[in-house]
Amino acid sequence: MDIGTIKTLLRPRDAAEITEWSPSRAWLAGGTWLFSDVQPGTDTLVDLGGLGWPELEPAADGLTIGATCHIATLYKFTAPAEWQAASLFRHCCEGFLAGFKIWNASTVGGNLCMSLPAGPMISLTSALDGVCTLLPRQGAPRTVKVLDFVTGNNRNVLAPGELLRSIHLPVATLRRRAAMRQVSLTKLGRSGALIIGTAGPGGDFALTITAATIRPMRLDFAAMPDAAGLHAAIAGLPEDHWFEDVHGSAAWKRHITPHLAEEIRQELSA
Amino acid sequence: MSCIIDGRTIDAPPEPGQCLRTYVRDHGVFGVKKGCDGGDCGACTVWVDGTPVHSCLYPAFRAEGHEVTTIQGLAGADGTLHPLQQKFLDAGAFQCGFCTAGMIMTVASLSAAQLADLPHALKNNLCRCTGYRSIADAIHGVGETEADIGGQACGANIANPFGPGIVTGHACYTMDVPTQDMLHIKVLRSPHAHARIVTIDRSAAEAMPGVVAVYTWEDVPQRQFSTALHEDHLVDPDDTYVLDRVMRFAGQRVAAVVAESEAIASAGCAALKVEYEVLPTVFDPEAAMLPGAPILHDKGLNVPTNIFAEIKGEVGSIAAGFAAAEVIQEGTYSTSRVQHAHLETHGSIAWLDQDGRVHVRTSSQGPFVVRAKLSHIFSLPVRNLHVFTERVGGGFGGKQEMVTEDLCVLAALRTGRRVKWEFTREEQFTGATTRHQMTTQVKIGAKRDGTLTALQIRVVSNTGAYGGHGSETLGAALGPPMTLYRCTNKQADGYAVYTNVVPGGGFRGYGASQTTFAIESAMDELAGKLGMDPFALRRRNVIRPGDWMESVFPDPGEIDFGSYGLTQCMDLVEAAMAAEGGTASPAGKHWAEGTGMALAMLECGPPTEHRSGAELRLLADGSYHLAVGTSEMGNGTTTAHKQIAASILNTRAGQVAIINADTDLTPYDTGTFASTGTVVAGKAVGLAAETLRDAILDYAARHTGVERAACRLEADHVLCGNRRIRLTDLHAAGSQEGFRFIAFRKSYLSPRTVAFNVQGIRLAVHRVTGEVRLLRSVHAADVGRLINPMQVRGQIEGAIAMAVGWTLTEKMPHDATGHVINPSLRNYRIPAFADTPRSEVLFADTYDKLGPLGAKSQGECCINPVAPAIANAIANATGQRFGHLPLTPDRIYDLLGVA
Repeated sequence: MDIGTIKTLLRPRDAAEITEWSPSRAWLAGGTWLFSDVQPGTDTLVDLGGLGWPELEPAADGLTIGATCHIATLYKFTAPAEWQAASLFRHCCEGFLAGFKIWNASTVGGNLCMSLPAGPMISLTSALDGVCTLLPRQGAPRTVKVLDFVTGNNRNVLAPGELLRSIHLPVATLRRRAAMRQVSLTKLGRSGALIIGTAGPGGDFALTITAATIRPMRLDFAAMPDAAGLHAAIAGLPEDHWFEDVHGSAAWKRHITPHLAEEIRQELSA
Repeated sequence: MSCIIDGRTIDAPPEPGQCLRTYVRDHGVFGVKKGCDGGDCGACTVWVDGTPVHSCLYPAFRAEGHEVTTIQGLAGADGTLHPLQQKFLDAGAFQCGFCTAGMIMTVASLSAAQLADLPHALKNNLCRCTGYRSIADAIHGVGETEADIGGQACGANIANPFGPGIVTGHACYTMDVPTQDMLHIKVLRSPHAHARIVTIDRSAAEAMPGVVAVYTWEDVPQRQFSTALHEDHLVDPDDTYVLDRVMRFAGQRVAAVVAESEAIASAGCAALKVEYEVLPTVFDPEAAMLPGAPILHDKGLNVPTNIFAEIKGEVGSIAAGFAAAEVIQEGTYSTSRVQHAHLETHGSIAWLDQDGRVHVRTSSQGPFVVRAKLSHIFSLPVRNLHVFTERVGGGFGGKQEMVTEDLCVLAALRTGRRVKWEFTREEQFTGATTRHQMTTQVKIGAKRDGTLTALQIRVVSNTGAYGGHGSETLGAALGPPMTLYRCTNKQADGYAVYTNVVPGGGFRGYGASQTTFAIESAMDELAGKLGMDPFALRRRNVIRPGDWMESVFPDPGEIDFGSYGLTQCMDLVEAAMAAEGGTASPAGKHWAEGTGMALAMLECGPPTEHRSGAELRLLADGSYHLAVGTSEMGNGTTTAHKQIAASILNTRAGQVAIINADTDLTPYDTGTFASTGTVVAGKAVGLAAETLRDAILDYAARHTGVERAACRLEADHVLCGNRRIRLTDLHAAGSQEGFRFIAFRKSYLSPRTVAFNVQGIRLAVHRVTGEVRLLRSVHAADVGRLINPMQVRGQIEGAIAMAVGWTLTEKMPHDATGHVINPSLRNYRIPAFADTPRSEVLFADTYDKLGPLGAKSQGECCINPVAPAIANAIANATGQRFGHLPLTPDRIYDLLGVA
C-alpha cells in the first residue's frame, strides 16, 4: 500500500553515507513488510537497493548471505554436494506463508530483522549456526550469532539505525545432515512450529525450535538422545517461551513440538 | 522517473512512499486491483521485466528504467488473447472477476515445475468466489462453456458476458475511474469499544494544507437509520447515525476528514484530538442479557435491555414430545464470527451535477434501498438521487449494507466536489460487518426407531453494536433448519443481543447456516446414540411433499413444495460416498479417517417483501435490450437473466444486451440478496420476455394477416405461416405505425418454494497435530432446473470453499478491549488453493413449478450443510464431538488422544 507518511526517500550508494539516524527513518530492503501496513511515525525511507551488496558468496569456509539477498536467489542456489544441510534452503523458503512472487522482492535480511517467531530465514540461519555481521551507524562492525540476534517476538539486538549486513553459515554446519518439520493451522500457512535437526559426523545432534517459541531455541546433544531424553530436554524449555498468536495457541505448539522433534530424531538416527 | 507500462513510456515521479499498484492506476491502468493492499491476495500482480511481483508491495521508484506488464498488456497488440486468458474464458474460471487479473498474471509466469504444484504456486492468489476448481481447470486447459445457440440458451453453459473484460483487465469496477480532482475521505475510528465523545479538537486537522473539511457527530443530520438493506425498513432498528457521539465498538466512525489526497486525509485523522469518556463494555451476549450489564442503546424503555430481538415459537407440545421420547439428545453448539472478505472492499464515489442531483457510484447489493436510505437521511427527494453500481467485486451479503455511501454524499453535498471513500482491507474487519456469532442449544427427543418426538432449540445471537439483520437472521435461524424435519412438537427461543463488538450483518446462509450447524450436528449425535446410520435417521424424519411445512410458528406460511429433490440428493451423496473417489488417507498411524454428512433446507427468497422489475425492448437492429435492477456481483444473475429472456424469445443469449442496478436506468429492484436473483428478478425477466414475445407475435399476425397461431418467433425473424419477416423489418413497420416493442413486468415472491442441499465429507484427522485433511467432498443440490449448469456448479463450489473457511481456518478473535486481533488477510486466513478440496457436485432431477423456467435459488443454501458434515466426519474419525467453530488444530488437538 502507499505509505502516505513518507516525505523523503534517501538512496545512498554506501551505507556509510547514512551517519544520522532517527526513529522516523526506516531501512528499505525488499519492502514486503514496510509496504504491507501503515507506518505511523515513519517519514523517511533509506533504500538499501543501491548498495550493491553481493547476494550469495560461497567460499571454502561456508556461505555468506548478503542481507539484501532475495529469497528467490537463495531458493535457486545450487550448493556443493557436500553441503548436505543446504537442502534446508528450499524447504525453509517454502516454509514462508508468502509465496514465490513475494520471494522475488523480499530479502533474507529483512526476514531476520522482522524477527517474527515464524520467520523461516531465522529458522534456517539459526539452525545452521549463522553469524550476523552488523553495521552500527557509529563505530566498527560487530558480529552476533543468529540465535542471539533474535531476542523475542518482533525484537532483536539491533541498535537504532544499525544495519544487518550479512549472515555467514559455517561450512562445518553446512556439511551436517539435516531434517526439518513444519506444522501450520492452515495448509502451507504460517508456521506454528518449524523445527530443524542437524547431526554431525561424530553423532552429535542439534535441535533448533522456531515459530513455536518467541525466539529460536537450541538444544545441543553431544550424542543422539533417546526419545525420552529428547522429550525431557524440550519439556525443560522455559514455560513463557511458547508463543501464542492467531496462528496457533502456545499450548498446541508445546504439544506438537516434541512430536515433530521425535520424527526428526528418528529420521537422523536412521 | 521513467518506466514503461504495457509498452507505453511513462515519465512522472512517484510519491516517495508510493507503491507500484497506485502508480500504474494513476496512469489509467485500472486492471491492477487492490484486494488486500498488503501482499496477501495477489490481485495486484504485475511483471517487472517479466518477473511477477505484488505491485502493492513494490516501491514505485524501483520501477525506474524497467518494463511493467499488467493484465492490460498481456494480450497481443492486435487484441489476440494470451492463451491463458482464453483458457480462463473457456473454463469460466471467475465469478466476480476481481482476482482474475492477478491470477492470470501469476499463472502466466509459472514454470512447468510450478504448474505441477499449484498449491505452492498459488499461495498468494486468493479467490473468494470460485473455490479454485474452475481456475485449476482453466490452467489445465479444461473448458466447459458451450456455444450460444438460438432457442437453446436455457440450460446451456453460456459464457459469462463480462468474461472478455474480466480476463483482459478492462472490466470496470467501482473504483476504476480516474481520481484526479476528487476529494478523499478517511475516517478516524474508535479506539474504545464503548465510550462517549466529550470533545473533538479539530483545529490542527483543519489547519493542514489540503484538508477540506472535518465532520463529527455535530455536523451530521440528526436522523437515525439502519445500515442494513431490506425492502421493509421496519425489520431493522434505526440505531445508527452518520456519525454518532457514542462509540459502541472499537472501530466505529469517530470523525471523517475530507482532503485532496488519501495521505492528507489520514494525516488529518491523526491530527484530531478526541477526549473520550470511557464506558463499561460487554462482549458476551449471555452476559449482556443479565441485569446490570452495560446498556448499549438507550431506547427509552422502562427496563433497559440489550436484547434487540426476542423470537419464540412452539407447535404441538414440546413437553409432551419429550415425555413421549425414548432417547433424548442434548448439546450446545456455537459458530464464530467471520468476515465476507469479498476481494473488492466497500467503497463509493458521490458527486452533484449541474442540476444539483446527487450521483452515487457504489459497490452495493442494493442500490435502490441505498437511494431510499440516503433520501431519508439527507431529506432529499428520491428523484434527486441516482445510485448505481458498476461491476461489483463480490458481496456475499456484506454489501447488503450501506457503510460508505452516506459519508460520501454528506461530503459531496457540503463541498460540492466529487468525493471518494474506499475502505482499506483493515476497515473490512473493523468497520464493516460479520456473520452473526450464534450459540445454539439443541434438545431432540426420539423413539428408538429414530422417529422424532420433540425438537427444541435456544439460540443466542450476538448482533454486535448495531442491530442490522439481527432479527432477520434470528428468524432464519429458527426457520428452515427446524422446518426440515417432520416432528409434531417443536419449540424455539431466540435472542439477538447487542454487545460491544463489530456489528453482525447479512452473510450467505443468513442465520440458517448457524443453526443448521447445530441441528445437523445434534442429529448426527442422535444417530450415534440410536446406533442408526445418519442417512437412515434423516430418511425417517425429513419432510416430504404433502407435509405441512412449519418450523415453530403455527400461523400458515407462504412456502410450498414447488418441487422436491431432497431424497434424491441423499441418494446421490450416499451412493457417491460409497463408491471409489477422492484422495487416499495419508499414511501413518496417527491419521484417523472418518465420514460425515448433513442436510440443509432453504426457503427460496426472504420472508420480508422483495420485488423486482424488468424492462425488455426490441431494438431497431433486431436485438433486444433488457434493464433489470439486480446487482451483478459475480453471482452470474446477468448471464441467467439473458438466458431466461433468450430462451423465451427463442434467440441467442448474446442477442440480449443488459443493464443492471441503476436507479436512473433500470426498474426498481429490492436488491441482490436472499437468493432472489433468479427466483424474483429472473421471474420478472421471464414475464417481460413472454409479454414482449406475445406483443411481437400479435403485431406480426396483424401486420401479415396470418393467423396468430401460425406465427412463431425465431432468432432474428418471425415466421408467419410460410412468410419470414425479419425483426428489423417488423420493428421498422411497427414503429411507423406507433407500435412500441417494449414490455415491462414486475415480480413478487409468493409463494416461495424450497431448495435442498446435502453434503458428504470424508476426511482424515491427525491425532497429534490436530490437522484435518479433506479427502473427499460430495455435494448434491436440489435447485430445480439449471439455467446455467456451469454457473450453478461454480456457485456451489464457491460456497463449499467459503464453508471450509468458516469451519477450519477463519476466526475473528478480539482482545480484552474489543479490538479485532487479526484485521488482515495475512492473519485472517480465508481458504487458499491448498486448503480447498475439489468437490463433486451432483444435481437432483427436479423442475420447480413456482420458479422461473423451473429454477430455484442456488446461491446460499449450499453453504449450510458443509460445516456440520465436516464436524460429523471428525466425530466419526475420532469419537470426539467438536461443537464449536472453528475447528482449527489448536482448538481440537487435546481431545483427540494419540492412537
